[in-house]
Amino acid sequence: MSDFPFLSVLTVAPLVGALVVAFLPRRRPELAKQVAFAWSLLVLVLSVVMWVSFQVDGDRLQFRESYPWIPTWGVSFTFAADGIALVMLMLIAVLVPLVILASWHDAEASKRSVPVYFALLLILESTMIGVFAAADVFLFYVFFEVMLVPMYFLIGSYGGHQRQYAAVKFFLYSLVGGLFMLAAVIGLWVVGGKTFDWQTLTQVDISTGTERWLFLGFFLAFAIKAPFFPFHTWLPDAGGAAPAGAAALLVGVLDKVGTFGILRYCLPLFPEASKWFAPWALALGLIGIIYAALLAVGQSDLKRLVSYTSIAHFGFIGVGIFAFTTQAGTGAVLYMLNHGLATGLLFLVVGMLIARRGSALIKDFGGAGKLVPLLAGVLFFAGLASLALPGTAPFVSEFLVLIGTFTVNKPVAVIATLGIILAAAYVLWMIQRTTQGTLNPELTEVEAMRRDLSLREKVVVAPLIALIVLLGFYPKPVTDVINPAVQATMQDVGKTDPAPEVGSVQEASQ
Amino acid sequence: MDEILTYAQAEPAGTVAYAEAGGLLSSVWLLVAIPLVSAAILLLLGRRADRWGHWLGVAAIGAAFVLGLSYFFQLRGLENKSVELSLWDFITVGDLRVDFGLLFDPLAAVFVLLITGVGFLIHLYAVEYMAHDEGRRRFFAYFNLFVAAMLLLVLGNNYVMLYFGWEGVGLASYLLISFWYGRPSAATAGKKAFLMNRVGDAGLAIGIFIMFATLGTTQYDEVFNGVGALAGGTVLVLGLLLLLGAAGKSGQFPLQAWLPDAMEGPTPVSALIHAATMVTAGVYLIARSNPVFSANSTLQLVVVSVGAITLLMGCLIGAAKDDIKRVLAWSTVSQIGYMFLGVGLGGAAYALAIVHLLAHGFFKANMFLGAGSVMHGMNDQVDIRRFGGLSKYMKVTWITFMMGWLAIIGMFPFSGFFSKEPIIVAAFEREGWTAWLFGGAALLGAGLTAFYMTRLFVLTFHGPKRWTEDIEHPHESPKLMTIPLILLAIGSVGAGFLLATSVPDWLTATAGLGAQEEGHEAVLSHTVITVLSLLVTVLGAGLAWMLFRNGTATAPQPAGVLVTAARRNLYTDAFNEAVFEKPGIFLTRALVFIDNRGVDGLVNGLAAAVGGGSGRLRRLQTGFVRSYATSILTGALLVVAAFLAVQAGWLA
Repeated sequence: MSDFPFLSVLTVAPLVGALVVAFLPRRRPELAKQVAFAWSLLVLVLSVVMWVSFQVDGDRLQFRESYPWIPTWGVSFTFAADGIALVMLMLIAVLVPLVILASWHDAEASKRSVPVYFALLLILESTMIGVFAAADVFLFYVFFEVMLVPMYFLIGSYGGHQRQYAAVKFFLYSLVGGLFMLAAVIGLWVVGGKTFDWQTLTQVDISTGTERWLFLGFFLAFAIKAPFFPFHTWLPDAGGAAPAGAAALLVGVLDKVGTFGILRYCLPLFPEASKWFAPWALALGLIGIIYAALLAVGQSDLKRLVSYTSIAHFGFIGVGIFAFTTQAGTGAVLYMLNHGLATGLLFLVVGMLIARRGSALIKDFGGAGKLVPLLAGVLFFAGLASLALPGTAPFVSEFLVLIGTFTVNKPVAVIATLGIILAAAYVLWMIQRTTQGTLNPELTEVEAMRRDLSLREKVVVAPLIALIVLLGFYPKPVTDVINPAVQATMQDVGKTDPAPEVGSVQEASQ
Repeated sequence: MDEILTYAQAEPAGTVAYAEAGGLLSSVWLLVAIPLVSAAILLLLGRRADRWGHWLGVAAIGAAFVLGLSYFFQLRGLENKSVELSLWDFITVGDLRVDFGLLFDPLAAVFVLLITGVGFLIHLYAVEYMAHDEGRRRFFAYFNLFVAAMLLLVLGNNYVMLYFGWEGVGLASYLLISFWYGRPSAATAGKKAFLMNRVGDAGLAIGIFIMFATLGTTQYDEVFNGVGALAGGTVLVLGLLLLLGAAGKSGQFPLQAWLPDAMEGPTPVSALIHAATMVTAGVYLIARSNPVFSANSTLQLVVVSVGAITLLMGCLIGAAKDDIKRVLAWSTVSQIGYMFLGVGLGGAAYALAIVHLLAHGFFKANMFLGAGSVMHGMNDQVDIRRFGGLSKYMKVTWITFMMGWLAIIGMFPFSGFFSKEPIIVAAFEREGWTAWLFGGAALLGAGLTAFYMTRLFVLTFHGPKRWTEDIEHPHESPKLMTIPLILLAIGSVGAGFLLATSVPDWLTATAGLGAQEEGHEAVLSHTVITVLSLLVTVLGAGLAWMLFRNGTATAPQPAGVLVTAARRNLYTDAFNEAVFEKPGIFLTRALVFIDNRGVDGLVNGLAAAVGGGSGRLRRLQTGFVRSYATSILTGALLVVAAFLAVQAGWLA
């Protein structure tokens, strides 16, 4: 089964689905939704088969396929996946069907075409899969930029308050980052012997000065995408304005392209520069953890609040990547997955609350637990996952990042650990203001606020909750996939884990 | 052969080695699983389980208790009384290996029996107490979750498992304290508890990081065997961090402020938190980590100081409160202070602290449930100035509460006498002037405890009636509530002697516990200390009886500096508010402003500058993709030019 061209099929399949959905008659929105949902389930099934076919002890890059594209420039359609990409592909495949299901009525609020909304979601899925599956630097760049287009329209056409402003800001920001990357991509092509093939490029020796400039070009694009402080201000606007489903994909998956890019491109291609810039990257991550968490505490809009929590979480991922230890690196990748599940859930549930209330402002809620106990309970669970409570998946990743960082950089790890206190503060304060306390009398007048979770909504949240709990207790299936890829990356950078300071206990007792 | 035996006995602090669990003990995971599954069923079934859910909750804890007992007897027959059970690999990344594993040893066993035994009686009581609450099923789900988390905490075989249960307990306490989440005060109290706990949790987490960084492991046996190789400074920092975690969970100075506010939860919650679970976790952590604490005398001094400060603080504030549950809450803070004092003293005093913890579990559960019974009969009144003369109306509650009262003040032959007095003696066995300092504090605490607990008892059950108008005839609580009271009262009377004579022996079988230390002679003789402690107890109790036997004013009275300070929790809340809360809120607001205006403004401004003025920026944002395309191209050309410049060596 491993000869099957999984990656190209997975990239193209949603695109075909999108075309089908887009050309369905506008008068039959239900059909469009059903086709889109079925199509995304198909992609999920195929992804599961791919996951099973992946050899944990096998090559670093698997499922490799290559087709010529522009031979004179050395550009080709090369796809391949390592453990890190595989995990992200799986996350996409799981999230998209749930987002489609959760967005069932979202497009109806706008005057735009309903089928197009779901077609856009499928196009987005196709480009997201492509960006993680690409093993050709130019192909990666193309997907990196094209990915913006469906998201631009999802925010700009179907979003809420200030959607135009948010969409343009998102687009411009990403574009600026992309420009720097494009320059670096071309530079890499020049110094790398006129090829874009990732595997060949990892073998190239680059002079120190050039390497640093190229690193910066890539890093800037990824730091904006992730986003890291101080390039983060587009995210609260975009996350606040995007429809909840699109926001879940934006924060859950799209932003991970930034951290994935650092792991796949910055570290293996520019190992010396990565080490040289690491203190700065750690500082940015650390600032993000504390600064964004404090800002999350102070937000008055639910979706903006969740966006800021994500920036704090990206700080943890950044710290984990640039600590250069196996534990921290594996934790960072696991964090990318877990954050996608947990924040994805949080955005979707917050979206359900907002859809009922017709407002995203926290002060418009209060005591909602009395009216919609189940919804409030799921919101609380998503909050617990967000604050990385043991028993939920994010705990394992946060713990790995912190313990791995501590072995090499104690001050950074200690300051980052303070972030877990702030995380409790922003989650519980948000829960208290929305679902607890005296019931806001205005809420009772809103008819929709008396409807608890529908069956459709239960189907959306149940798989995410189950996955979060399962991976919270037994993360091994995922860490086993991630671990070899992270270890290979650490080898690229030339870093090894420090030995215990007083020597291993096992050795001492022998 | 003889030599080998003597050698093995002469080195109790030697290598810690755990045996593998076999036979019946290989099912020890059921202790955690049963309450956890029960909680999950109660939550997932929703209203469908409303009719019978509470009985499932009670049965789950009952089953866990029976299992715990059988494991206990199984353990007694074993040679190596520390058995491990590895369930699955939790985290395996690089050199980090964390086992999802359990450890059942004498220390864990006594905690299991306390948690499930007293926990069962509290569950039983709650069936009736919560009978009229529409959220009773949810309540029992949280109750079961609480017990499951606490059992995981005491049963884990490594620090990550402990942390797992540790935060689980924090979650369950949050859910229960803010159980009546419609009340803003309950929601705030729950949040406060969780946050203060998280401060301690962060300390514990960093402690775990230190273990991995220095010893490469988080498993108990490997850490304890390796701690001797650590530098003194490392041990001190590690111990202080563990202490911070313990202080958070046990409501010790400086993280005590959440515990009295936790009274916002239903009364059985207070009993469960204060007697059987949660607050005992900190004592467990220190007792479990005793090889770490015994390795550094400065560390022990800090623990002893925290215990002494907290025990006096609890007494002072407890004496100034008028809310029956809050007086009991501060008495918990104070009694846990005694336990910290005990574990801090080290050596044989570890076992004494555990004995006091067990005895406290009985009499505190007894009194909290008694307070609940009083409130039940008095329309949920909690102000002791509004009670009085209840001994005639609630005979069972009165008698059982009396047993708890006599036990906590340490009257012979009640349990507190056997558990508290040895700690006071141990405090006097320290070296030099610190013996007088800590021994004196423990003795003073005993007198103050007798004073404020007698005040509580007399004002509630004796003296003239001072009831509010709406109460005509207070009623005794139903059987389901009084039976647990009676059983706990029996425990308060008899447990002390039994525990004090059997538990220390039993605990010495715990690998690594009670490391040998050269004992000091007490600065006073044992008899003198015993007489003194009984004397201050009688004095304190007698004084309170004299002062309050004729009742007290029902309105707040003007008071001196000390009493006013005590009423305001010795200004600790004011301190937290002024130093953490207010600046925190200000900082947050300032940052929100800066982020919106400053960082975002800077970036937008930069964009404007690059674009050549704001007019052009506006044109940039017209939404025409072709203008973006132009800008992409321009930008790309610029950057490529810059890059070529670098290549040519102009910039590098």
